[in-house]
Amino acid sequence: MELFQRKRRNILPGFGLSMGYTVFYLSAIVIVPLSMIFFNTIPMGWEPFLHTVTAPRVLASYRLSFSTALFAAIFDAIVGLLTAWVLVRYRFAGRQFLDALVDLPFALPTAVAGICFATLYSPVGWLGETFAKWNIEIINSPTGIVVALIFIGFPFVVRTIQPVLEEVEQEIEEAAQCLGATRWQTFRKILLPHLFPALLTGSTLAFARGIGEYGSVIFIAGNLPMKTEIAPLMIMSKLDQFDYNGASAVALVLLLISFSMLLLLNAVQEWQQKEYR
Amino acid sequence: MLKQPTPESAPIVKKRISDPLPVQIVLIGLTLLFFITFIFLPLGLVFAQAFSKGWEYYLESIREPYALEAVKLTLTTVAIVVPLNALFGVTAAWAITKFNFRGKAALKTLLDLPFAVSPVIAGLIFVLLVGSRTPFGSWLGEQGIKIIFSTPGIVIATLFVTFPFVARELIPLMEAQGRDEEEAALTLGARGWQIFGKITLPNIRWGLLYGMILCSARSIGEFGAVSVVSGHIRGQTNTIPLHVEILYSEYNFAASFSVASILVFLALLTVGVKVTLEKQFQKNSFHH
Amino acid sequence: MGIELQNITKKFTGYTALDNISLNVASGELVALLGPSGCGKTTLLRIIAGLELPDSGKIILENKDTTNLPPRKKNVGFVFQHYALFRRLTVFENVAFGLKVLPMRERPSRSAIQERVEHLLKLVQMDWAIKRYPSQLSGGQRQRVALARALAVNPKVLLLDEPFSALDAKVRQELRRWLRKLHDEIHVTSIFVTHDQEEALELADRIVVINKGRIEQLGTPQEVYDHPVNAFVYNFLGNVNVFHGRIKEGKVTLGTHHLDAPDELKNTEERPSQAFVRPHEIGISRIRSNETDLAGTIQEVRLMGGQIGLNLECEGFEHPIEAEIPRDLYINLQLSRGEKVFVSLNRVKVFTGDYAI
Repeated sequence: MELFQRKRRNILPGFGLSMGYTVFYLSAIVIVPLSMIFFNTIPMGWEPFLHTVTAPRVLASYRLSFSTALFAAIFDAIVGLLTAWVLVRYRFAGRQFLDALVDLPFALPTAVAGICFATLYSPVGWLGETFAKWNIEIINSPTGIVVALIFIGFPFVVRTIQPVLEEVEQEIEEAAQCLGATRWQTFRKILLPHLFPALLTGSTLAFARGIGEYGSVIFIAGNLPMKTEIAPLMIMSKLDQFDYNGASAVALVLLLISFSMLLLLNAVQEWQQKEYR
Repeated sequence: MLKQPTPESAPIVKKRISDPLPVQIVLIGLTLLFFITFIFLPLGLVFAQAFSKGWEYYLESIREPYALEAVKLTLTTVAIVVPLNALFGVTAAWAITKFNFRGKAALKTLLDLPFAVSPVIAGLIFVLLVGSRTPFGSWLGEQGIKIIFSTPGIVIATLFVTFPFVARELIPLMEAQGRDEEEAALTLGARGWQIFGKITLPNIRWGLLYGMILCSARSIGEFGAVSVVSGHIRGQTNTIPLHVEILYSEYNFAASFSVASILVFLALLTVGVKVTLEKQFQKNSFHH
Repeated sequence: MGIELQNITKKFTGYTALDNISLNVASGELVALLGPSGCGKTTLLRIIAGLELPDSGKIILENKDTTNLPPRKKNVGFVFQHYALFRRLTVFENVAFGLKVLPMRERPSRSAIQERVEHLLKLVQMDWAIKRYPSQLSGGQRQRVALARALAVNPKVLLLDEPFSALDAKVRQELRRWLRKLHDEIHVTSIFVTHDQEEALELADRIVVINKGRIEQLGTPQEVYDHPVNAFVYNFLGNVNVFHGRIKEGKVTLGTHHLDAPDELKNTEERPSQAFVRPHEIGISRIRSNETDLAGTIQEVRLMGGQIGLNLECEGFEHPIEAEIPRDLYINLQLSRGEKVFVSLNRVKVFTGDYAI
């Protein structure tokens, strides 16, 4: 009887089968392979691990990946908010076309984006030529990396803000105006706080993506050790020397940072929901 | 994720409080400036470069045997990866949305894990798992099975990278649809597969299709992960993006951009399909 | 017997949704499960349908124990609160669904299905919409189709989960009367769940009042309304004035006022009591006709269609008393705010025991 009831605890059919397959496939494709990072780092021991991940060249690569991803995320937050605002609030010819193209960075292979920006900003490229006149170097410099990461992270911000902005009730703005607030005050004191969680989410996603990005960056970065060598490239070069443990160590740090950032984001979102709902 | 229609969105057309015209013009202008430098110029550049040596050269570049081999490998990868991940996505979405169980939130987080992993790390983990220098990999090698630096490696790395796409589309969709229809079918005497085939599948078809398209787009374009496991052997383990990279690093820009233009075309197609599917969604909106 | 429920208990984490419920429903009867939200009535309905499983107890449909049968084998028709029509199927396909999923041997022929669906759609007055999709129908129309769909499989029992609650007031009334008429025609054993006492009173042969997973009272609408067994039922079945007082030596104290206690409470020892009076059972007059009448002042007048609602401040009462009187009386007595009147409490119902509102 006990067993029979257990079996029929779910009314809709297929729980065992679907759950079983989900867990199996998840383990085979994601969990087991990812755990290899730990299994290849643990045997190293603490000292060599620390030695590997604090080597000047590795540290420089972390610093570069972080700072460029951060700059790009901040830029994306501003441009993303602007774009979302324009797309949601204004009506003009070509609006839907722009709206559709926001997703292009999601859809375009990163390598293609990479060669495009590298060519565009090369000293003889369409844009690079102008910058070269002003003695601004973009290609083979952190600036170039930021440019590529802005492109990659842009849709994350727009697509998280857009739905929130669409849902803002007009009454809220009307109420603020009836109470004597100017348009700018309404935006700054009412709308911006309302959009802030989405803005934070979007730019954190862009930031997390930027830290790990590879394809679009390597073409424009020039990959000079200590100067324009990003963390994922560090992993790549350690792999090329068959230094599996070293590659895992560098990867582990990168992974832990990305995960903790996303966990933090989850926590912030949960707190937000509790606070305001 | 596909935008789903909100019930209020359609009928009431209220005049919004709007910004003064000069402000509008400035803001639209700034947005356009961004789009021009970051979207339109790169797109234009691809085609300008691709045709810089004329039509003939363009066609030759994409019809050249190595290019065709790359296309073939990419298509093979897509043909394996997309059905597998679609099957998984539907199964996982069914388990997560149709039942209550402990640890559901944790499972959902785990499904998104590959998005938080750098593509290079995605490649690395498979080298660590089945590369020729690992115990498992060398055992496989003795059996005559080669995974890393050959097609299977490219396939599993792509599986990992595109793992969440279908499930992520379906879970919110199926959560919004609830279990009512399935329960109704159950009280009307339908069996499990009948419920799935006649009720659930038609309800999620657009979401499923869109998830599969995203999954294909990423499978075609994946660079970092595939780059780690491929070994870059021309005509054997080169996918389209890897082929683009090789041509570019050989300073054969025209050929490189010619092949890249195929990828751009596919990306534009993906974006177009998304817009079309969203319109389908609006039309078939089920709330009144 | 149509439906027999024996000692049904269902616990969810943290609370008991159903506590040892037993209930018999005769064949062809239309029974309402009435109670506040969260009282367990929907859970009970879903258990009968097999959409939930009881922790213990038995469900017997038409003399057959169906406790452990899956919903597909129970042969019940279920109508959902939000219709649950199959949105990708036409009205025809929706109604035909239950017939088309039958195993080959039992499935009627195409023409038989066609005929049955058309017949049912005519019965629910939806035959004009046979080719439409659910999204093209109004809420009331969808619920009719849902009903036809549930009836298509010739269910032994029809279960309706708050079938009208998602509809506008006007459509709800219409559909309610129409459902009563339909039931009188087809006589299928039916249970419907509602939190609307008016709906239950108007529609049901018998009402089961449920609170916190227990049956409070079971009876015809007349019985339940006129002779509520306890304070909860009295309170749930309509607007009431509640007076907290004491019962002592055969008298009930209401404020500074005393009343004869009902017979069954005449001889109880002194204890707290509550007295209930429905607003429409309060009499208003200009002259004192009885010495128990209260002197009061009209504090507030509310127009309520055919009735007029009054808030009366009465001597010796802490809270104002609500009364409802016919419009004609209001006009005849030339009442308005601030007027002094005499108030008689015509049918006071007294309960003892701890019941908090």
